[in-house]
Amino acid sequence: MKLRPLGVYAVIYLAFLYVPVLFLPIFSFNDSAIVAFPLQGITTKWYAELWSNDVMQGALWNSLKVGGATAVVSTILGICAARALTRYEFRGKRSMSALIMLPLVLPEIIVAVSLLVVLLQLGFSLSLVSVTLGHILMAVPFSIAVLISNFEGFDRSLEEASLDLGEGPFATFFRVTLPIVAPGILSSLLITFTISLDEFIVAFFLSGTEPTLPVYIWSQLRFTARLPHVLALGSMLLLASFILLSVAEVMRRRAARRAGAGLSGGLV
Amino acid sequence: MTAAHEAPLRDVAATAGGAALGLRARFWRSEEARGLALISPTFIYAILLLLAPVLVIIVFSFWTQNYLDIDRTPTLENYRVAWSDPLYRVLMFRSLAVSALVTLITVVLAYPMAYFLSFHVTQRKALWLFLITIPFWTSYLLRVFAWKIILGYNGVINATLMDIGLIAEPMDFLLYNVNSVVITLAHAWAPFAILPIFVSLEKIDRSLLEAATDLGDGPVARFLRVTLPLSLPGVIAAALIVFIPTVGDYVTPRLVGGKDGLMISNMIQVQFGKANNWPLGAALAVSTMVIVSAASLIFVGVMRQVTSRFR
Repeated sequence: MKLRPLGVYAVIYLAFLYVPVLFLPIFSFNDSAIVAFPLQGITTKWYAELWSNDVMQGALWNSLKVGGATAVVSTILGICAARALTRYEFRGKRSMSALIMLPLVLPEIIVAVSLLVVLLQLGFSLSLVSVTLGHILMAVPFSIAVLISNFEGFDRSLEEASLDLGEGPFATFFRVTLPIVAPGILSSLLITFTISLDEFIVAFFLSGTEPTLPVYIWSQLRFTARLPHVLALGSMLLLASFILLSVAEVMRRRAARRAGAGLSGGLV
Repeated sequence: MTAAHEAPLRDVAATAGGAALGLRARFWRSEEARGLALISPTFIYAILLLLAPVLVIIVFSFWTQNYLDIDRTPTLENYRVAWSDPLYRVLMFRSLAVSALVTLITVVLAYPMAYFLSFHVTQRKALWLFLITIPFWTSYLLRVFAWKIILGYNGVINATLMDIGLIAEPMDFLLYNVNSVVITLAHAWAPFAILPIFVSLEKIDRSLLEAATDLGDGPVARFLRVTLPLSLPGVIAAALIVFIPTVGDYVTPRLVGGKDGLMISNMIQVQFGKANNWPLGAALAVSTMVIVSAASLIFVGVMRQVTSRFR
């Protein structure tokens, strides 16, 4: 192990990534309505009060609905695109995938504002449906990124063997292709769900009178007295994201192993 | 990748010619048709919910708001206002300056980390990558909010410094200014810069490094003459991935920026909200997109020049 300083730097860097966020759970157990040091003792009352809050429960339910719909639709769209991009050659492939992947780099406010204008001009009222439409748009590129690495390492001779042995294209897809890519698909479902669960800007512009969890958190940030509840809610959201992503990562690795690809992949 | 190795295949098929031509052509045509059919749902979704809405915004930017109505006579008035009003100019310049600074900080800090991952981590590389990408997925709103707790008047930094006796009074200049926006954004976008640099470092053929060593380059010279130039594409990608979205960031300036730290997207939101002047908001949004794209193209051009000089 030469060049130890770089290792030290890496550890400090990871701490820089994680420590700021860890203050949320720390203060969420603090027995004081004022979010400041010194800590006043441990309590779980903010979590208890939070749980009995009807508006929060409504927002949670909204987020779960939007997240579920986003995960399913964006993963289906992601499967179509990832399969087309890895399996077929066709004209316009590059520009098509560029447009589909564009939400990755486009400032979110542009996506949010343009969807807002179009939906209202077309006479739709803002609702959870409009939020879901926006979230699907933003989640599809991530789904494709996860699935492409899965599909790319895919050995096509397995499918050819199945076709040679007399299975039709549909049976081949369900009996050969799908089992191999299933972990990747599950990983995509979890990641797109998490993206939707945490997404704020598009939900903020398009949610109308039905807030999702981040929009609810935003509305509570104005009230100092509500901050401990926000911290409790935020900590639970962080925990949920962490669990979902860990499972997604395990699935993605399993997918990579089945497809015979290396450990890179995902967004890498 | 598949594109790269399938294209020659198609060429072979196309030039195979002769007797099988008709059959082959039809086969490839149907392959092409299948590919198009498969990608079309996703592509059409992107057209309907991304391309069309952005075009609508562009059209809107040439109209005029008359209280509750929209006057549809084409005009450049919104752009005149957007580009000449000092308020919008200040916000636009600040957005660009903040993003440029954040980009510089994140890329410079990310490079050693990516280098460490690529060259020094031998075991558990996937775990390291996972640890770095987790913050990237967790709630952006909460990551920004955390900084409010850290930098606040009674926040972590002030309380700690007072505790150890370095300061007697809390410092009030930590939060609600441009600096706090830069710090928060640099933290929130840090993971985004690592991955592209890491990927470009991974692609470097290690035998080139050995060759440089054999030919007498020391570690520093080897890094400057081989590793760094070859990883510049990753650096460029990392810079763009951070720069483009941060120019249009809304949450951070709003939460930790105070009055002096507001950026252009806060004004865009005001135009679509309280001020209810959609065409002006649209003109500001379109201007932002155009300026960001121009800045990115210039940056890529300059970096290409730099890269070609290395070789």
